[in-house]
Amino acid sequence: MIEFKGLTKSFGKRTILKNLDLKIEKGKIVFILGMSGTGKSVLLKNIVGLLKPDSGEIHVNNFAVHQLSETEMMEVRKFCGMVFQQPALFDFLTVFENVAYGLRKHFNLEEEQIRKQVKESLELVALGDIGHKWPHELSYGMKKRVSLARTVALKPKILLFDEPTTGLDPISTNRVNELILNLSKNLGTTSIVVSHDMESALSVADHIVVLDGGGLLTQGTPEEMRTSPVPLVREFLLEVSE
Amino acid sequence: MGKEAPIIELRSVSLEFGELSIFNNLSLTINQGDSLVLVGPSGSGKSSLLKLMTGLLEPTGGEVLYRGKSLSILSKTDHLQFLSEVGMLFQQNALFDSMTVFQNLSFVLNEIKPTANEEEKSQEILKLLQAVGLDHVLDNFPGELSGGMQKRLGIARALVVRPSLVFYDDPTAGLDPITSRKIVNMILELQKKWDGTLVTVTNDMMRAFQLAGQCLFCFKEDFVLTGNEQQTRQHHDPRVQQFIHGQVQGPLEAL
Repeated sequence: MIEFKGLTKSFGKRTILKNLDLKIEKGKIVFILGMSGTGKSVLLKNIVGLLKPDSGEIHVNNFAVHQLSETEMMEVRKFCGMVFQQPALFDFLTVFENVAYGLRKHFNLEEEQIRKQVKESLELVALGDIGHKWPHELSYGMKKRVSLARTVALKPKILLFDEPTTGLDPISTNRVNELILNLSKNLGTTSIVVSHDMESALSVADHIVVLDGGGLLTQGTPEEMRTSPVPLVREFLLEVSE
Repeated sequence: MGKEAPIIELRSVSLEFGELSIFNNLSLTINQGDSLVLVGPSGSGKSSLLKLMTGLLEPTGGEVLYRGKSLSILSKTDHLQFLSEVGMLFQQNALFDSMTVFQNLSFVLNEIKPTANEEEKSQEILKLLQAVGLDHVLDNFPGELSGGMQKRLGIARALVVRPSLVFYDDPTAGLDPITSRKIVNMILELQKKWDGTLVTVTNDMMRAFQLAGQCLFCFKEDFVLTGNEQQTRQHHDPRVQQFIHGQVQGPLEAL
């Protein structure tokens, strides 16, 4: 479980997150929606210690993340996989080595075991035998899937997605949504997806959280969101095509 | 230049990169006041088409005409005229980050109209920044603005020469839907005011429908004009239906 208590984070004079309280249940797919600049990505980065809160607490499983040193944080990052908006592959490594990178870095595994986990991860994102290819030989969508495979290779308990469908066409958007759903179910992860896309949230999420002005505006199941009277939620619903 | 000719005309245009054929024998006419939206899967040639129309790419076959004259052989005067008539918003805005909001616009105006009256130029810029709601941040730098504000500054800069033809490359990419809708409303208001012609590339069907007088679907080497929102929603091509509904199964391959 992930819990935020009174989380506050400012950049200079701008306070982004204000005294935010939020609990995220284990094993659920949770979408975090909100306008640009409301602190959605900041929240995600606080979970893995890429940003530190000014005040408040963050508990990830049994770790009090806000109190951890950079070295202690590595333990948390082993079970928290972050998927960035851009594929961010190492272009000097083959697909195989890209996916194996974290395994080699964090775990002391036999080569045979690494091979097995890389193969399984590529299969999970519906990629076959492309380990020998280089990133520049792949389409954008394939790169995106390789970056997902790299994250899931570490067998994370928590998956964090930062705007996974931004800039994608409608078909690719649904393809990525399917992947999020399948990965989360197959691996039994808790998944947090930061997004602008209410339509994706309604089709994939178990639970939807809406942030506004740095705090929690409302939350509920997709069914509850569809009938929400909250004006900002209604505005987001206008963007759902059917 | 003949005002009666279409503002842009593509005649049997082909484009190849080495052995890779992007499109073949494409003909298309854009008249003053039209709003054409290019949609389609990634890698289907939308941006290449935009670059052909702006003269940033040359076709390997056929001709791109600007007001009846071939873009590739415009005289120097006609080319200057073309530049002063065309505005472009790049996907990443491409703002000058060392210049203030005001300077981002005055720089362009000084390049295109070096001899115009300074006071009038200032007034012109202020009016435009007012129109996009940025007149309170004249002396701020792009890095101090939010994503939506940067986008509006990019739009203002594309419009500062009062172009009759504006190209928008994904004007709402990465913005939340509420900000996106506001930005597209603003684009449409400005177009109405100045009778501009729009060519827009987008991945977002909601925005495409909001903007389109005419949708052009780009599929690899194949283009389909589908009309406005209503006509597009009822279009018989299964690829168009698959795309607007985002179905993973169908004739188009995803990702």
